[in-house]
Amino acid sequence: MAQSAPEDGEISIAVEFTGGLELLFSNERKHNVTLPANLDDGARPDIAYLLRYLVDNIMQDQRKEMFIMEDNVRPGILVLINDADWELEGEEKYELQQGDNIVFVSTLHGG
Amino acid sequence: MAPSTCFHCHQARAIIIRPKNRHKLCRACFLQIFEAEVHETITGARLFYPGERVAIGASGGKDSTVLAAVLKTLNERYNYGLDLCLLSIDEGIRGYRDDSLETVKRNAVQYDMPLEIVGYGELYGWTMDQVVEQIGKKGNCTYCGVFRRQALDRGAARLAIKHVVTGHNADDVAETVMMNMLRGDVPRLSRGTNIVTDSDASEIKRSKPLKYAYEKEIVLYAHHRQLDYFSTECIYSPEAFRGSARTLIKDLEKIRPSSILDIVKSGEDMAALVPQERSQGGKSRQAAAAAEDESAGGCGSQNGRSSGGEMAAMEKQLAANDAAESRETEIGHPTKSFRPTGKQVKVQTMGYCEKCGYISSNRICKACSLLEGLNRNRPKTAIEVSVGIEDEESSTTLRRQMERTHLTNS
Repeated sequence: MAQSAPEDGEISIAVEFTGGLELLFSNERKHNVTLPANLDDGARPDIAYLLRYLVDNIMQDQRKEMFIMEDNVRPGILVLINDADWELEGEEKYELQQGDNIVFVSTLHGG
Repeated sequence: MAPSTCFHCHQARAIIIRPKNRHKLCRACFLQIFEAEVHETITGARLFYPGERVAIGASGGKDSTVLAAVLKTLNERYNYGLDLCLLSIDEGIRGYRDDSLETVKRNAVQYDMPLEIVGYGELYGWTMDQVVEQIGKKGNCTYCGVFRRQALDRGAARLAIKHVVTGHNADDVAETVMMNMLRGDVPRLSRGTNIVTDSDASEIKRSKPLKYAYEKEIVLYAHHRQLDYFSTECIYSPEAFRGSARTLIKDLEKIRPSSILDIVKSGEDMAALVPQERSQGGKSRQAAAAAEDESAGGCGSQNGRSSGGEMAAMEKQLAANDAAESRETEIGHPTKSFRPTGKQVKVQTMGYCEKCGYISSNRICKACSLLEGLNRNRPKTAIEVSVGIEDEESSTTLRRQMERTHLTNS
């Protein structure tokens, strides 16, 4: 992993957008994201937190509903946590770990 | 959450839950089972014969890329003896198709298959860029869809190949079933679920080997094999999938993943109930109808996905039908006895287009009638050249006026 060591109280993860989703994120596939290790309420950041973070901080495109629907990932977008289907990892409740690799793949875009 | 182990080998870490049966599989078992299932589809339907030359309709997108990769793998593994090649359509959309064609060119090298590209420009004298320049962005998908259907056939004919396989997946078929059910279009429901669209008339057989493969698994297959595919939105119909039957299918999958294959099966079962004379009433009639099916849906590679807002339009139409029907009962009685004969007349009969010879249920095929409209309105370059004296005078007057305004401004 070519990530710089995180500061105390922070975790850094790699986020990747593919399958056409990168179009919504300044046409950049890979983003390095640093999150607080513990949130204000003491909980650890999970995928749900990451989604809000991505929409608020990384996503420039105005078409939020192309990525998020009803506070979750839009149906038709796959999420891989360290290459495994997020359904195996607890979906949006998965607690992020230092060095995690999260991939969002759209199945909605054509060729 | 403790990592799950593979349902199949009980050893490696599972990386996917299969939508159709919730089995958890590791990477190697997933790839192998996915391929085995496509193989079953192919052998079960006897899609190919040894030595057959088959063209893969390749867009550079996920579905056709996975189709090409899997067919190459299976062809070698099970000795199908197929002679495979890639057939691509160049719609002539700068900044979109030229990029994806680069992907197809790379695929041709990666899979060691010859590649044939057929362009709308050479076939019809119109690229999609030119069509859009003339008619605008609204409704251009109709042109693209009609042109594509013929282009694939003509490309295959040029290669003297009689079988074209396309990357339509289970989600595509489920979507088609749903649309045709809502439309109440029973004959088309039957054709849409068939794995093979055969025809005497066009001599080109179409089939969809990925008919039972979930789009989700296709994308994950591409991901885990690290296949090189291209994904973007067509610049002329961005976000085309919004508000379409596609959204409904994806929402259903989220609630109950098996529903996609359930819809496909339901479609097949309902198609089997279609009376013989309507579903198979002459192979050729069916072919003519099939030839026009894809044109109606718009973007052929994303069957139906392009017709954004189609669901809304459908709802409106259904409401209108209801309203009309309630009105009809009041005056309906005298016409009732004529209705059956009236419907009989509408059965499609097969023929050939008088202009291009392509199979068509009308005198002129859809592509030719669209071209007629385009050519009629094409600006004649000759007009620009032969500027009359009058025009020249008025234009110089105009120029003088312009110069004056320019001067006063400065």
